[in-house]
Amino acid sequence: MQGVLGQALNSLLQGAAVTLEVTVLAGALALGVAIAAGLCRLSRSLLVRGCAALYVEVLRGTSALVVMFWMYFALPFLGVQLTALQAGVLALGLSYGAYGAEVVRGAIRHVPKSQWEGAVALNMKPAQRMLRVIMPQAVIAMLPPMGNLLVDLLKATSLVSLITLSDLTFHGRLLQNSIGRPTEVFLAVLATYFVMSYTLTIGVRRLEARFSRGMDIGRRAAVRVTVT
Amino acid sequence: MTWDSNFALEILPQILQALALTILITFLGTAIAMLLGLLLAILRRSRRRLVSLPAHALVEFVRDTPLLVQLYFLYFVILPDLRLSFSALVTGIIGIGINYSAYTAEVYRAGIEGVPRGQWEAARALNFSPGRVWTSVVLPQAIPKVIPALGNYLIAMFKDTPILASIGVVEMLQRAELIGSETFRYLEPMTLVGGLFLLLSYPSSRLLARLEARFGRAY
Amino acid sequence: MAVPTETDGAVEAPVTRPIIQFERVCKAFGKTQVLRELDFDVSAGEKVAIIGPSGSGKTTILRILMTLEQPNSGTVEVDGELLWHERRRGQLVAAGEKHLHRMRGKIGMVFQQFNLFPHMRVLRNTTEAAIRVLGLPKEEAESRARELLGMVGLTGKLDAYPSQLSGGQQQRVAIARALALNPKVMLFDEVTSALDPELVGEVLEVLQHLTKTTDMTMLFVTHEMRFARESSDRVVMFDQGRIVESGPPDKIFTSPESPRTQAFLRAVLQR
Repeated sequence: MQGVLGQALNSLLQGAAVTLEVTVLAGALALGVAIAAGLCRLSRSLLVRGCAALYVEVLRGTSALVVMFWMYFALPFLGVQLTALQAGVLALGLSYGAYGAEVVRGAIRHVPKSQWEGAVALNMKPAQRMLRVIMPQAVIAMLPPMGNLLVDLLKATSLVSLITLSDLTFHGRLLQNSIGRPTEVFLAVLATYFVMSYTLTIGVRRLEARFSRGMDIGRRAAVRVTVT
Repeated sequence: MTWDSNFALEILPQILQALALTILITFLGTAIAMLLGLLLAILRRSRRRLVSLPAHALVEFVRDTPLLVQLYFLYFVILPDLRLSFSALVTGIIGIGINYSAYTAEVYRAGIEGVPRGQWEAARALNFSPGRVWTSVVLPQAIPKVIPALGNYLIAMFKDTPILASIGVVEMLQRAELIGSETFRYLEPMTLVGGLFLLLSYPSSRLLARLEARFGRAY
Repeated sequence: MAVPTETDGAVEAPVTRPIIQFERVCKAFGKTQVLRELDFDVSAGEKVAIIGPSGSGKTTILRILMTLEQPNSGTVEVDGELLWHERRRGQLVAAGEKHLHRMRGKIGMVFQQFNLFPHMRVLRNTTEAAIRVLGLPKEEAESRARELLGMVGLTGKLDAYPSQLSGGQQQRVAIARALALNPKVMLFDEVTSALDPELVGEVLEVLQHLTKTTDMTMLFVTHEMRFARESSDRVVMFDQGRIVESGPPDKIFTSPESPRTQAFLRAVLQR
């Protein structure tokens, strides 16, 4: 029995490692895309604004799973062959990047106009204004919703199991098929996700507290986004 | 371009049929989420620990674990343990309904907390029974305010329905996959499905945003 | 329950139990002690004005009576029965919801912020409790409501929503709404304090009418000194959780005994 339990745990841990790997990669991509697209949405150029808006609305209008399947199954027909990992990370990163872009846009817009005007009065250049005055304030407002998105992303990585990437969920299914005992297996999988999510949530809250030390910026919910 | 329009037209009817199923799942799942979510929100406010803690625990657990794994758990563990053998479709609807109820519970909570304290006190002063306080005074004020947020979840659920394919429900995305695996042509079905999701959810979101702006305060 | 007794040849005046009796009531919010061992009686049919500085605990007295706050210690009796306690098998225990519900039926309250139900029209605001709580049939509740709303001068506004009414009108609806339940005791918690000055008069008129025409017991927490003087049977000066002075309005307003009362009245009546 010991051997089976040990193997099962090993299997789940391997899966958890892949889950974390996908989360980190997709998260980094999403963050980058979110900032870029969020800023583009506020650009003065109609073309730039339009492209960013198009990207955001298309990705928000379809689910990460649909995008993932499309990238994995349909893209090859257009000449691009992606591995499961690439398709998973790309799909999740772009999807959540779109939601993140809205958070970024909302947070920047929420910074009071007086701050912009103060920076102009101090003769700061546009890039300086953004970097030194606006963004630091926007970042604090962004943290709670971004934190939520990150936890949602973690949960969404379970979808990669459906394109045969061996994450935690995939290993759970494998175990279910090899050793039976669905109750124990799935409870273990659920518990592992729970622990990861919860840790992440607490981590984000700590980060929030550290960033807003000394600043009296209320918890303005920039965007209440809905994802699973 | 390797796009074959004729093929796309050929498979469209099948995909539309699957769309109908997707819409059915969305509506039934949302109905469950709306009702269960309200119940959970009310239970969480109970002063009796025995009532509020389980509700809290359920909501936390559902919110911190993936829907996909919850479906597996429901289908392979809970229902067999309860000696119930529902079809994959029914299981999926229940599963997605329960999952979303954890989120609608939060929405309802915000709405309920938005009702001024004076309303509760006036109702109590008029000697309304606790149940009446809810049905005559609090809920009629709490719920209209949160309808836009609830609407957002309906749209989100619509986009999440493909997850049900994992337990064998042949909704839109799964139908596309099946067509693809039979004909070895994935581009058309997958793109059509993506397009249909977009076609339905984008206007709905805009409409909801309009409603939210216009709704404001009815009184 | 008046029982004349004979002692030493003299006939004692009939002793009626007070309809409200606070005995050694203490109430604290967090670290702030608001009521300190309060003893306070009100006779049936009496109209009492409670005056005093903010934070003195006046509102808390009303809220305890309306079962919105629970005393930390001491007992409160209403109409001969304990309010916050019940007797179970000879023991005094904290009152359950059923008991509170029964007792609450004897008391009505009008709030500073009106607290009308915004999603109901005026008529329904006034009938809802009568129908749901007293179980009156709709026609009876409505006819009673019309009568009361007529008395407060709002016959033309039965179909309006609260948001369409002025503050004074809303408060008058609130009064009618509370009266619809036929309480024995009516509590008025600074009911004109949230109103624009020109709207205060119409509400005070209604209150004065009530004091003259009903034999309900009425308690007013108020800053309106002229109203207190003209409409009440007794004025009670409250400060720091205790009754400082109590007596007929003429006495309190012309020759108050306590220096606290004197200082308070000086400050308030200067305007």
